[in-house]
Amino acid sequence: MKLVKAVLAASIAAVIATSAQAKQLTIGFSQIGAESEWRTANTNDVKEAAKAHNVDLKFSDAQQKQENQIKAIRTFIAQKVDLIGLVPIVATGWDNILREAKRAKIPVLIVDRDLSVQDPSLYVAKIGTDSYAEGQKVYKWIDEYVKANNVKPRNGGDKLNIVILEGTVGASATTGRGNGFNDALKDDPDGAKKFNILASQTGDFTRQKGQEVMESFLKSDRDNIDILFAMNDDMALGAIQAIEAAGLKPSKDIIIVSVDGVKGIFQAMIDGKANATVECNPLQGELFFQTAEKVLKGESVPKSVFVEEGVYTADQAAEVFPSRKY
Amino acid sequence: MENLVKKFTSSSLALPLVALVILLLFNAFFVNDFFKIEVMDNGNLYGRPIDILYRASSLIILALGMTFVIATGGIDISVGAVVAISSATCCVMLGGDISGVPHHPFFIAIIASLCVGVLAGIWNGTLVAKFKIQAMVATLILMTAGRGIAQLMTDGQIITVYYKPFAYIGGNIPGIALPTAMIIALLMICLVLFLDKKTSIGLMIQSVGINANAARYAGIKVTAVLFAVYIFSGFCAGTAGLIEGSLIRAADANNAGLNMEMDAILAVTLGGTLMVGGRYYIGGTIIGAITIQTLTTTMYAIGVSSDRLPAVKAVVILMIIVFQSEKFKEMYRNYKLKHQNNGGSKEASNA
Repeated sequence: MKLVKAVLAASIAAVIATSAQAKQLTIGFSQIGAESEWRTANTNDVKEAAKAHNVDLKFSDAQQKQENQIKAIRTFIAQKVDLIGLVPIVATGWDNILREAKRAKIPVLIVDRDLSVQDPSLYVAKIGTDSYAEGQKVYKWIDEYVKANNVKPRNGGDKLNIVILEGTVGASATTGRGNGFNDALKDDPDGAKKFNILASQTGDFTRQKGQEVMESFLKSDRDNIDILFAMNDDMALGAIQAIEAAGLKPSKDIIIVSVDGVKGIFQAMIDGKANATVECNPLQGELFFQTAEKVLKGESVPKSVFVEEGVYTADQAAEVFPSRKY
Repeated sequence: MENLVKKFTSSSLALPLVALVILLLFNAFFVNDFFKIEVMDNGNLYGRPIDILYRASSLIILALGMTFVIATGGIDISVGAVVAISSATCCVMLGGDISGVPHHPFFIAIIASLCVGVLAGIWNGTLVAKFKIQAMVATLILMTAGRGIAQLMTDGQIITVYYKPFAYIGGNIPGIALPTAMIIALLMICLVLFLDKKTSIGLMIQSVGINANAARYAGIKVTAVLFAVYIFSGFCAGTAGLIEGSLIRAADANNAGLNMEMDAILAVTLGGTLMVGGRYYIGGTIIGAITIQTLTTTMYAIGVSSDRLPAVKAVVILMIIVFQSEKFKEMYRNYKLKHQNNGGSKEASNA
């Protein structure tokens, strides 16, 4: 009997000891899915940073569906995690579930994409990329490139024709990049004289749709399109195949600019099939966990935290390529 | 002449064909150069009609397999996921080396993808034929699990294949003007027509679909027939997976073949085959698949964005289905009869 008691006491002591010593944080992270190489890099970075910070990461892949993300957050709440990270697939429809998290007193950090809720106190901070600035950078790059290389419209007109492959409708990256680009075009006093937006349709951020929609653009305006702005690299990669199938030279007949900076587009730039990519940095894991730790310690953090981003052109591609992580 | 018209309108192909023709007419009026086909410098054909046919190829192939499955009174909703697995298999075996050197020989990768399709078919067939699980439930398992399997194979990455010949399946083999996918689809159609016309397998499938018990008493091996149709459907999905993967030269486990099972079922029903099984119409299925792709291409051509596309598609398909329904046909006959009677009585009163 004594022995039993001793064992019991020892085991209880052990349990208390481990729980006291390993005050390991548990963080739930709801990712959109793996729709592109970029997203995969984002996922891997979060997972690696979790290991480095010794965080118990509960990772959930939503396979491109908002309802899966809502389900995941509900599960995190039930599991009583310390903090929730959310990459919202669309901007709206999060009020109720975030209120549930708030009621459970679990802080929420919005990662990478933007969202709009009526009550901004439903989340602590947004971490990620500045998609509006990315759109502006795209316009600025096109404008400078066209000037520097004295690009003339292929159909002999007086304006360069731009086609746009938009991302998923309603996604913050789509609206941000679109608004950034359009505002930059509007703010340029000569913008309307130099450029004409010929067509703009969504390619859903996927290669297949990007290819299909570009095919359709080319069927109607093969000899009019001068510039392609793809809101992500994967759509640009699909579009490059469509352009080649139409007997045109990507990057020469049609200037191609996209956003993200995945390895595939660097390879395309090295092969001379794309012109530039505006980086959208997915390596946000470190920043995410740093911010999370601050929040849980009770320190105040700014409402928006941005990672660093640059523009890469075809001439730099070969040099930069080996150092790319995604 | 009147006889011909009557023969045409009473044939099962009439309505699907009319729907397709109406769509094409719409395009002829509202889209510039819709029917223009050019020959490119490298000898390839280029134009919207070619787009429709080659983009419809993988759907046609899936729908052929689906026709047999539905004819037995079953359904295979796993084909979209099998497409993802098959394209993942091929891309993983070829590998994503930028140098373009494949990890395994191309033909082995192709055979492996087709085998994976057949394997999926064996799985479905075992559940449906041996364990007598309802087809919808049995294939639902692979539908949900399939994409996960594909993700596991690709490690959640999109694997881009730089090996040049891989693009031939979804594009053109150098020197051949027709897109390869169209040729594959034609071969599959020939195979299916051969099975249908020259062997008794078609008859067996129909009898199983109409009444499985009666078929069994008539000496037909019902289990074997069921098994065979699911394996064939899996094989079709494997083939379609190769095409889908080659189109974008990459394995995209999330999006490859997404919702294609629904399009395939739709193609079969548009073609006049009933979901309860029994008689099936290969020609109708093919026209149905082309109609669906024409619809998509039309939407792109007139600038309906792809996120709104499903809604517009649904409306058009609703119209086609309603026109094809028995009840509507009956209403139309009644209306015609009434009209004739009215006309007749007027004439009578005039006289």
